[in-house]
Amino acid sequence: MKTGIYPGCSLNGSARDYNESVFALAEAFSLKLEQVSDWNCCGATAAHNLNKDLSLALPSRILSLAEQNGIDEIVVPCAACYNRLTVTQTELRKDPELKNRITGIIEMDYKGTSRIINVIEWIDKYITPNLEGRIVKPFSHKVACYYGCLLVRPYKVLNYDRPEDPQSMDLAMSKAGAEPIYYPFKTECCGAGLSISRTDIVSKLSGKIIEDAESRDAEAIIVACPMCHSNLDMRRNDINKYWGKEFTIPVLFVTQVIGLAIGLPAKKVGLNRHFVDVKVN
Amino acid sequence: MFHTETLMEKNSLAIHLEKHVDVIARKCYQCGKCSAGCPVAEEMDLPPSIIMRLLQTETQANDDKILRSYSIWLCLTCEMCLCRCPMEIDIPSAMDFLRQMSLSEKKVNPKAKRIIAFHRSFLNSIKYTGRLFELGLTLDYKRRSLTLMQDIALAPRMISRGKLHFIPEIIKGRPQVAKIFKKTSKKEN
Amino acid sequence: MARIGVFICHCGENISATVDCVKVAETIGKLKHVALSVDYKYMCSDPGQTIIKDAIKEHKLTGVVVSACSPRMHEPTFRRACAEAGLNPFMCEMANLREHCSWVHEKNDLTTAKAIDIVRTQVEKVKLNHELQPIKVPVTKTALVIGGGIAGIQAALDIANTGHKVVMVERSPSIGGHMSQLSETFPTLDCSQCILTPRMVEVAQHPNITLYTYAEIESVEGFIGNFKVKVRKKAKSLDEKICTGCGLCTTKCPQKKIPNEFEQGMGMRPAIYIPFPQAVPNKPVIDREHCTYYIKGKCKVCEIVCPIKAIRFDQPDEILDLDIGAIVIATGFDIKHADFFPEYGYGKYKDVIDGLQFERLASASGPTAGAILRPSDGQVPKNIVFVACAGSRDPAKGIEYCSKICCMYTAKHAMLYKHKVHEGKAHIFYMDIRAAGKNYEEFVRRAIEEDHVDYIRGRISTIYEKNGKLIVKGADTLLGAQPVEIEADMVVLATAGVASSGAEELAQKLHVSYDSHKFFAEAHPKLKPVETNTAGIFLAGACQNPKDIPDSVSQASGAAVKVAALFSQDELTREPLVAFVNRMAPPLYTTCVGCFLCQSVCPYQAIEREEFKTRDGKLIKAVAKINEGLCQGCGTCVALCRSKSIDLHGYSNHQVYAEVMALLNEY
Repeated sequence: MKTGIYPGCSLNGSARDYNESVFALAEAFSLKLEQVSDWNCCGATAAHNLNKDLSLALPSRILSLAEQNGIDEIVVPCAACYNRLTVTQTELRKDPELKNRITGIIEMDYKGTSRIINVIEWIDKYITPNLEGRIVKPFSHKVACYYGCLLVRPYKVLNYDRPEDPQSMDLAMSKAGAEPIYYPFKTECCGAGLSISRTDIVSKLSGKIIEDAESRDAEAIIVACPMCHSNLDMRRNDINKYWGKEFTIPVLFVTQVIGLAIGLPAKKVGLNRHFVDVKVN
Repeated sequence: MFHTETLMEKNSLAIHLEKHVDVIARKCYQCGKCSAGCPVAEEMDLPPSIIMRLLQTETQANDDKILRSYSIWLCLTCEMCLCRCPMEIDIPSAMDFLRQMSLSEKKVNPKAKRIIAFHRSFLNSIKYTGRLFELGLTLDYKRRSLTLMQDIALAPRMISRGKLHFIPEIIKGRPQVAKIFKKTSKKEN
Repeated sequence: MARIGVFICHCGENISATVDCVKVAETIGKLKHVALSVDYKYMCSDPGQTIIKDAIKEHKLTGVVVSACSPRMHEPTFRRACAEAGLNPFMCEMANLREHCSWVHEKNDLTTAKAIDIVRTQVEKVKLNHELQPIKVPVTKTALVIGGGIAGIQAALDIANTGHKVVMVERSPSIGGHMSQLSETFPTLDCSQCILTPRMVEVAQHPNITLYTYAEIESVEGFIGNFKVKVRKKAKSLDEKICTGCGLCTTKCPQKKIPNEFEQGMGMRPAIYIPFPQAVPNKPVIDREHCTYYIKGKCKVCEIVCPIKAIRFDQPDEILDLDIGAIVIATGFDIKHADFFPEYGYGKYKDVIDGLQFERLASASGPTAGAILRPSDGQVPKNIVFVACAGSRDPAKGIEYCSKICCMYTAKHAMLYKHKVHEGKAHIFYMDIRAAGKNYEEFVRRAIEEDHVDYIRGRISTIYEKNGKLIVKGADTLLGAQPVEIEADMVVLATAGVASSGAEELAQKLHVSYDSHKFFAEAHPKLKPVETNTAGIFLAGACQNPKDIPDSVSQASGAAVKVAALFSQDELTREPLVAFVNRMAPPLYTTCVGCFLCQSVCPYQAIEREEFKTRDGKLIKAVAKINEGLCQGCGTCVALCRSKSIDLHGYSNHQVYAEVMALLNEY
């Protein structure tokens, strides 16, 4: 079983901290993660909003490259990329005519055989089973596990966890010593791609997510999506201004939490790159 | 205006949706659960359940209303509506289709200018390098939307945290990606 | 010498529109052995039947072929007419020119040719018919009513009052069903128990009714008029005959924290318990799954305190063998509970309850003595949201149908709440209001106009908890799908009505059809609502489909009359179109070799073993014998028999062969 990774543009760019923490964990647990060679952007929200064929062709190229690399299982830490790749694979499997058209566009062979997994699945499979003896600094804090939209929906396509009140991240965090709280906003949208074009909407929606977490005495919000992290963390000033409040709760990636729990230094997992100070230890 | 006027017959949006995206507008019985759970319903001129009803009337005027709405561009494709719809109507896929139709028929709501500008800037960035160049995206967006001062305050902190690259990464398969864009642009529908 | 009379029906225009009936009659009239061949517009009408009867007498017909609609429509009609004219009814056959010909083809020569062929096959067949005599089976005039809810009670009383015996079997310790759990009933707001308990007592005291509670159906065999039912009386662990129902044991039982089924989990009960104060019979049972004695072998407090030593810990279950003539299924329904809804919390919010739980709160004999209080903290809710269509009309959740009663009981709940908490606010999120019964619409208007219940049209997307309140996110679709958010103290879900647990297993035991939702299937959706496709088994109440009390009671009385009609005869007549294994003189007795393959395939368990013995008891051969009472004439054994020893009356091998040859040969 060859495990590869598709980091996606965010992990390469503004979500560098996420990328660092993923590779730090891989290193700590001696896991190989081969990058899909010469990968391209999956198209994210922009492609499927404007052009259906483009939104299917770009991910198909990535999947095709993975097959060429002999990668059986692709870890996709970015929830949006995970969603796009899985949707593409499913659409092409359901409709052979569509598959032919898209493969004609990308001019590559495509079998659709790779297994696409998200970061929590990767953690559950390779890290959690070996976590027991390795916790040196249990992350004993109350955490609000924020899944966002694209990790669990649409359920019929992703078939992952459950769309209402999912628990996979909560379980993973409790294994790292954290105390996940009851958190009804765990799958409410943060405002997604409107970060720049309608910052007010992001401020409103992300603010609701943060307000609920803080009101339930959570000490950190845990995420598995770089877009959500960006909206909840980088946009904090805008959110505070919109709400007329000072929200201080930090936002961490799942991989960062586990990294901290096994004793990795904060810098190694990219905590220094956050906008909102992470004072938890 | 009564909706018995100008029935669209074979050309209604509802029929297109059924043919291309397997969305059957007739199934909707207007329960409103989608609008109730939609995070941006309050901002929308036409909440999703109203769009479904407008589709059901299959008239030129209402189809037009939908394509010219702001709602379709506000939709975040968060998939909450489909998750809870009792009839399992794939509203997010319908929204994608309506957006693409709105563009091809040049009926885009003027308020959506910035949102579309962002999407176009994003795609433009990938077209030339194969991967998103965030700085390039931002500059292109500012050019399109004339929001020159927006988010300027963020820049220094992004730079100091190593989150803003100044040089784009260009993949080897750049010509391939450019070709994909070319081949799909004719079909932009 | 056969003299066959053929009667071609136009069936108004149903047949004559595509088939040339006159030509058919003419052509058939020329066949050998056909004494007369006529056509008429409506053969089943009075003048039509007279034509047949007169023809039989005048032409001394030995057989009749009525070429008309499907025999499933009018075979009994024409057979009766023949019998009245003195011809054995089984010498009358029908040729289906409607469902098999005119209704499925266009008007042309080929259609008429096909019609002629169909008639010819029946003419050839009827020449080989025998004058069969109907089979008589005795009828046991005792009815079995399964289920002791309002439908079962009504059916039992109605049947008992016609003078026949009834056995009622109810699986819980008391009869009464869901109606006994309700506080008040719509549209009159009658106290439910007040109108029900007199009936319950009547059932217990009726000389013609034998009541078994805490009992279930173990197996059912036999056929209409002659069922053999095994009933398992679960051990109540006490001697019912001497127990006085004083209830002392229930007060002394140390196990007090078992969720009370009658209170829908809102209250507790001990391990030895009477389900509710007005229970019939008013005697306790021991819940062996939770009783300390059965789990750990200790305690026995009830035995110690019982003044007349009625406790019997070692009491076994008892199996009763009953002879029953007719069965009425009245097993009722269940509702989905809050844990069925992921978007409403998977059942984890204490203050999100279902309709039956609200009934218990509102009920004077309930866990809060009729006060509407929040289960979480016992406070009076000032703001309640009622959610209609919770699960019903929801294909995504697998329940496409409407549960019929929820619109009404939700209005009732809101009214009861407003009557008890005057300053409280009641909101109902609905999709449509289905208030079709008598005085139902007026009842709902009363809720809106007099009791100020706030109706909002829209389904709610989700419920979550914040600061001890329940946040309800909905939309007002009549205001352009405007989002509506309410901070409620309590939410009541009007959940979907579903088949009672164990319905599928019971249906299989009784060989009764049921649908994909496990509701029992009626024989015809319009015209036979209380009968099933299994002769002698009837339906009453919500086990067929969710319905309200007036409909359940009506249906129960309907089922009772069917039973009474059945019992009004001492003997049942069965059609003699059954299979038979040949018999002949000794030493052969029969060509059957005794392989009994037929017995293993018969779907009705109708094949028995007959032994031929010598005078001194030595076995000569054991062969198959068909039980005429059970056989349904399906023909499976006939097809299977390797020695061709079985044939079918009315559809013999020879007759079928003749039909085939008629089609193949020129005429």
